[in-house]
Amino acid sequence: MKTFEPTLFEKSRPGRQGTMPPETDCPAVQPEELLPAGMLRKAPPALPELSELDVLRHFTRLSQLNFSVDTHFYPLGSCTMKYNPRVNEKAATLPGFAAIHPLQPESTVQGALALMSSLQDCLAEITGMDAITLQPSAGAHGEITALFMISRYFRDKGEKRTRVLVPDSSHGTNPASAALAGFEVVTIPSNAEGGVDLEALRANLDANVACLMLTNPSTLGLFETGIEEIASLVHEAGGLLYYDGANMNALMGLVRPGDMGFDLVHLNLHKTFSTPHGGGGPGSGPVGARGELVHYLPGPRVVQDGQTFRTEVPGHSIGRVRTFWGNFLVLVRAYAYIRTHGSQGLQDVSRAAVLAANYMRVRLQGHFDLPYQGTCMHEFVLSARNLKTARGVRATDVAKRLLDFGFHSPTIYFPLIVEEALMIEPTETESLETMDAFIEAMRTLAEEDPQTLHDAPQTRPVGRLDETQAARKPVLAWPE
Amino acid sequence: MSYLPHTQADREHMLEVVGVPSVEDLFASIPPALRLGRDLCLPEALTEHDLLEHLGQMASRNQEATRSSFLGAGAYQHFVPTLVETVTSRSEFLTAYTPYQAEASQGTLQAIFEFQTMICRLTGMDVANASVYDGGTAATDAVLMALAQTRRPKVLVSRGVHPHTRGILATYLAAGGGVVEEIPLRDGRTEIPQVGSDVAAVVIQVPNFLGQVEDGPALCQAARQAGALAIVAVNDPVSLAVLEAPGAYGADLVCGEAQPVGLPLSFGGPYVGFLAARKDLLRRMPGRLVGLTADGQGRRGFCLTLQAREQHIRREKASSNICSNQGLCALAVTVHLALLGPEGLRRAALGSMSSAAYAAGRLAQVPGFSLVFSGPGFHEFVLRCPVPPEQLLQGLAERGILGGYALGRDYPELADSLLVCCTELNRRQDVEGLALELEALVQASVEVTP
Ligand SMILES: Cc1ncc(COP(=O)(O)O)c(C=O)c1O
Repeated sequence: MKTFEPTLFEKSRPGRQGTMPPETDCPAVQPEELLPAGMLRKAPPALPELSELDVLRHFTRLSQLNFSVDTHFYPLGSCTMKYNPRVNEKAATLPGFAAIHPLQPESTVQGALALMSSLQDCLAEITGMDAITLQPSAGAHGEITALFMISRYFRDKGEKRTRVLVPDSSHGTNPASAALAGFEVVTIPSNAEGGVDLEALRANLDANVACLMLTNPSTLGLFETGIEEIASLVHEAGGLLYYDGANMNALMGLVRPGDMGFDLVHLNLHKTFSTPHGGGGPGSGPVGARGELVHYLPGPRVVQDGQTFRTEVPGHSIGRVRTFWGNFLVLVRAYAYIRTHGSQGLQDVSRAAVLAANYMRVRLQGHFDLPYQGTCMHEFVLSARNLKTARGVRATDVAKRLLDFGFHSPTIYFPLIVEEALMIEPTETESLETMDAFIEAMRTLAEEDPQTLHDAPQTRPVGRLDETQAARKPVLAWPE
Repeated sequence: MSYLPHTQADREHMLEVVGVPSVEDLFASIPPALRLGRDLCLPEALTEHDLLEHLGQMASRNQEATRSSFLGAGAYQHFVPTLVETVTSRSEFLTAYTPYQAEASQGTLQAIFEFQTMICRLTGMDVANASVYDGGTAATDAVLMALAQTRRPKVLVSRGVHPHTRGILATYLAAGGGVVEEIPLRDGRTEIPQVGSDVAAVVIQVPNFLGQVEDGPALCQAARQAGALAIVAVNDPVSLAVLEAPGAYGADLVCGEAQPVGLPLSFGGPYVGFLAARKDLLRRMPGRLVGLTADGQGRRGFCLTLQAREQHIRREKASSNICSNQGLCALAVTVHLALLGPEGLRRAALGSMSSAAYAAGRLAQVPGFSLVFSGPGFHEFVLRCPVPPEQLLQGLAERGILGGYALGRDYPELADSLLVCCTELNRRQDVEGLALELEALVQASVEVTP
């Protein structure tokens, strides 16, 4: 395999051409006739010039430099890198979904609105919420949507609540979203078992607290056993409880955030509901709400009116958080996934995900530290601190060496409360043989000579990259 | 149906290793009172065959946009080469995560670097990021950067900016502080505003929502003279083949929607927002940035860089909360622009302008219809109608035509007008069809209302 691929700009040759758009038969106009001189482009944008085969080869070669779920085990904790069913991809390319304009008359898109309405109902049932918005484009976008709702809700109630609590194990987007929504962020420490420290929580709960953002199972992969008490403490203080649904893959059909006492929820359709991650996105982060909060959801939302579907802006809506309706073709895929599984199927998914994670945990624990003992949910967090102390081998070294063994690395250095964290999430779609091979690789590398680990990876197109140099003298575009 | 690979024997083996008698025991830490204890009320599971049939039925209840569509308003139907989907459906791009492990993600990283480069070259800016959610959130990000950079409280936003974008901006600024003031339009173009010393940014869109090409240099100058940042939003990057790069006429930040260059209409998403800036604003950029570097042996490589801005490092002090972006859509745009090159993009732009100019002339000849604005345009124009536009759109839809966008919802002063869009895909025959149907619909409505 070729491992070096020049950029498009290096391959470009003046006068070479790929595809041409069709030509209209309307009389040709010249830009000079229609546009003022000051707004006329002087020099054409320096886009690369390549043939169609050049372009195809370029991107095919680039693709071969990647690891992906379809080619490699990808146990990236918190990211739920499960199999992305291809029938869902096919669904998303149906012209009746892919070739409709977002602003067509509602009478001409009843199928799309029906799908969205049905997906809203499914997600409300899965989360135990009263209503769902499909507008947010990712998990973090869902978080900030919910925080805007919380902010507006308390303003309408005449309460000035300025603070948002987040556990120290929370994902970085939680505090970042809260700050962006105008809240002051207060970090709550975890207790020895990895749960929310109730004393610290009590000490920080007062009439200034708007909400507690919680991930359950937590980012340690542990179910928050004190959730009932946490919920009543937060509610007694007049605050709201927000559910970061990134880890919903552990609980589908078994426990619902609404039944745990959560008031608002976001889901990551690109994790739990199998929509492909695309090397960074697109995702989708629907938000669910209960009780009075449903009136604050972003609008427009889809509503059913007898046999027809239309859109409506909720009464106290915070307004829009993005253009049009959301990442519709991602919604199509998630809907297909839910329809493939039904209630029993989704429960089976969560059970299998939890069983797989526990199997890997047990088989890896003597070889790496397991800072939080006991049964995990769909993922678990090891620590490489034993290797670091004994032989100077760090979590990064483990991650890079795994690439040589043909496995993507776990999530590393997150959650922040675990030193040298290795967060492993196998998902339900990996076979026993694959998990065993990964376990074998982890056990092997744990015994290897430290230099081999420091020098890894040796089998990839590039070795470890100089990130300091990249940040110190940023080159973010190919020079013209 | 399920995608689980575990056999009964596998499950038993795993349980034995874990040391519990049943899977249920793994959920023992959950308080029993919280357990659902019933099935979810979901529609029954479908086999692959039945699922496709069901989705096919749903899809068939939607009327596809064809050459007879004249609907734009922020989502544009241009030609997309076959190869775009060929590339974006490749497993190695489709099913990878964010490229945290650079050595196992050089394909994704280099493609993003190429995307960043193309956005810089189109917009005439120094730096661009790896994408944000859509054109609307891109503009919001640009405004948030300007508020932070200038520490001033106010933004002036043209009434010619897409109404959805203005809506998103209002939502974000309502919670986080910051005041939005609207700059009015005159003859469909943004008036040159008085920019006070409390203004962080002036935001315009080119061409604006009503299809008019703004006086970019004058508006940017008005902002910069007052120490505010000039933000230019671009709704259709195809226009940048013929319209000056905003960076060349003084923009500090350029944001926009890249759907028109490589993505299908998709009922509004997933699309892809882009954000480009002058070099000195780099450290305020939201989201992923890919940089060029080398490994220990001097081999060239790409990696995520300047991550100290981002939420996973900085938490509440991050420049933004964005994590997942629109990566695969950015890849589609990169492939599309590589296939078109400067000449193909120019062809699409000229075709769009030609169709729109022809349609504007032809539709203004239909009795009762007239053009509202006379300024320079690109591929959209506003058409005054003798009967309510919503009524016309409904009638046209029944004849398989998407006639445009009724402006009354967002611009009450244009309640009698339609926003009509053409691209290189619309032919004379399609325009003629629209003209004849409009005439017939008006005729019919005159007949029923004596
Ligand atoms: C626990 C948790 N919360 C929130 C997020 C943010 O989701 P997204 O990347 O979709 O914005 C993630 C994903 O990385 C996550 O793992």
